[in-house]
Amino acid sequence: MHLNGNAHVYGDDIDTDRIIPGKYTKTLNLNDLADHVLEDLDPDFRSRLQSGDILVGGSNFGCGSSREQAPLALKAAGVSVVIAKSFARIFYRNAINIGLPLVEIPHHEINSQDEISVDLESGRVVNETASKEYVGTKMPEVMISILNAGGLASYLKTNKNYSI
Amino acid sequence: MGKTIAEKILSKHSGKSVSAGELTIVMVDGVMASDTTAPLAIKAFEDMDGNQVWNPSKVTFVIDHASPAPNERIANLHKIMREFAVEKGIRLYDVGEGICHQLMIEKGHVKPGNLILGADSHTCTYGALGAFSTGVGSTDLAGVMLTGKTWMKVPESIKIELTGTLQQGVSAKDLILYLVGQLGIAGANYKSIEFCGEAIIPLSLDSRMTIANMAIEMGAKAGLVSTNGLKLGYSFEHLEPDPDAFYEQELQFDVSKLEPQVSIPHSPDDVRNITDVQGVPVQQAFLGSCTNGRLEDLHEAANILRGKTIHPQVRMLIAPASKDVYLKALRDGTAETLTLAGASFLTSGCGPCVGTHLGVPGNEENIISSSNRNFRGRMGNRNSNIYLASPAVVAYSALQGKIADPRYAMEVEPECI
Ligand code: SF4
Repeated sequence: MHLNGNAHVYGDDIDTDRIIPGKYTKTLNLNDLADHVLEDLDPDFRSRLQSGDILVGGSNFGCGSSREQAPLALKAAGVSVVIAKSFARIFYRNAINIGLPLVEIPHHEINSQDEISVDLESGRVVNETASKEYVGTKMPEVMISILNAGGLASYLKTNKNYSI
Repeated sequence: MGKTIAEKILSKHSGKSVSAGELTIVMVDGVMASDTTAPLAIKAFEDMDGNQVWNPSKVTFVIDHASPAPNERIANLHKIMREFAVEKGIRLYDVGEGICHQLMIEKGHVKPGNLILGADSHTCTYGALGAFSTGVGSTDLAGVMLTGKTWMKVPESIKIELTGTLQQGVSAKDLILYLVGQLGIAGANYKSIEFCGEAIIPLSLDSRMTIANMAIEMGAKAGLVSTNGLKLGYSFEHLEPDPDAFYEQELQFDVSKLEPQVSIPHSPDDVRNITDVQGVPVQQAFLGSCTNGRLEDLHEAANILRGKTIHPQVRMLIAPASKDVYLKALRDGTAETLTLAGASFLTSGCGPCVGTHLGVPGNEENIISSSNRNFRGRMGNRNSNIYLASPAVVAYSALQGKIADPRYAMEVEPECI
């Protein structure tokens, strides 16, 4: 899959409380989550975000709690893919499980509003604005299969079990 | 090559020998979800066309994060959990029973050597009794409810050897805050930490839980405390790493000169010696959470507050980690001592820790808290400041109206590093 969008760049250690504060997590309504995404980090993020835009973080993106509401909020708000230098473990699994693509690039120079294109199959990321190209760390096969299935729920619905 | 404790437990649950870096499919001994994560897990389970859970006796739901329900939206989520629990025949601890991690251990749903997954990041707490336990999201949890299995990468391990003896007024919380400060919030990302050494041996199960609990604050997948010296009231196999096991890092630390530690806003790994932060005024003191809401912690606070009254500008909130803890504190007079000193008891559960209800601080207010996270907005207001510390620091600061060193309350001469 090929994705194109403008970058919104934040720093290191963006925790799940800042992605979606605990007080908003208790809902099954994804639009409610989207309404408060990144609210404590950047109150204007939601109004600036265009559907399909790309969120870019530094290292340890998504640290903190295990709330799946964090990737769900990003996805529901229209973020197409998250790029970071590294991801916190639970966030990484959760994002793939709910079908939000991630690309890990240990070193990148991406600035806010840069135009980015991502090829998910190859992990190739191009910063069109700065004419720079990166290749993301390869995901384990099982995660690629889960992402291709659209998430873990449809993966298990079809396969009934895990295979690695 | 020998095996670490993590490799031993994961090998046993994989049905074959596995080592760090390998992907494996593991059989899980138990799962847990709270009211933050269970409703989404139920939805995911249904999306998987799930009908029966793989083993009802191994699934635990707990209503603790926003309990009792503060509004109709959350009340209806709780209702979904109760209905699912009845329909599938799984165990559910309802309002007021306590915090999920406390209950998992207290009620005996975790045993040494087990592999437990919980849809809550502090599931790593069960490392206190030598179980490999880790947090997962709701959909992963639904996958285990369906299959009894999950896939996992066997983590590399970091060994932390703790020597010496903690001085009076310094507790397991200070120790783990210190280590979080040293390793940093991503210092053990994807790794399993093994805590061992002579300083661990005298520690109670309560204290061991405090240590394992905050392994996730270093990004760790699991935090296994050596079972050396652990008493559980039943016999169990003590797992030791093989002498030639490979550790990605081996650290040693003498705890004897450690002073009380405080994590300052807005990250748990921004840790200072109390000497550097004492005097900061506080408006709210919170004693509770899965880190420090146990009987030992309430005793610590009662010893400091007995016969005294907290500062008039401070409100002190206590949420016992479980009903059982509360009952014991009622019976032995601890609850009375703390109430007479001016503290208010809340329902057993997460309480103000996660900012969903109860004890939300005002703008620019400072909170001294015995919990584990002080991210901006954690307690429900992004304009407040959370300082993390031990129960003794929380109690003594409530008394003084400012962050204060509890060693002064104990009339011991503070020793500094
Ligand atoms: S007490 Fe706090 S950290 Fe522990 S499970 Fe509850 S919300 Fe999470």
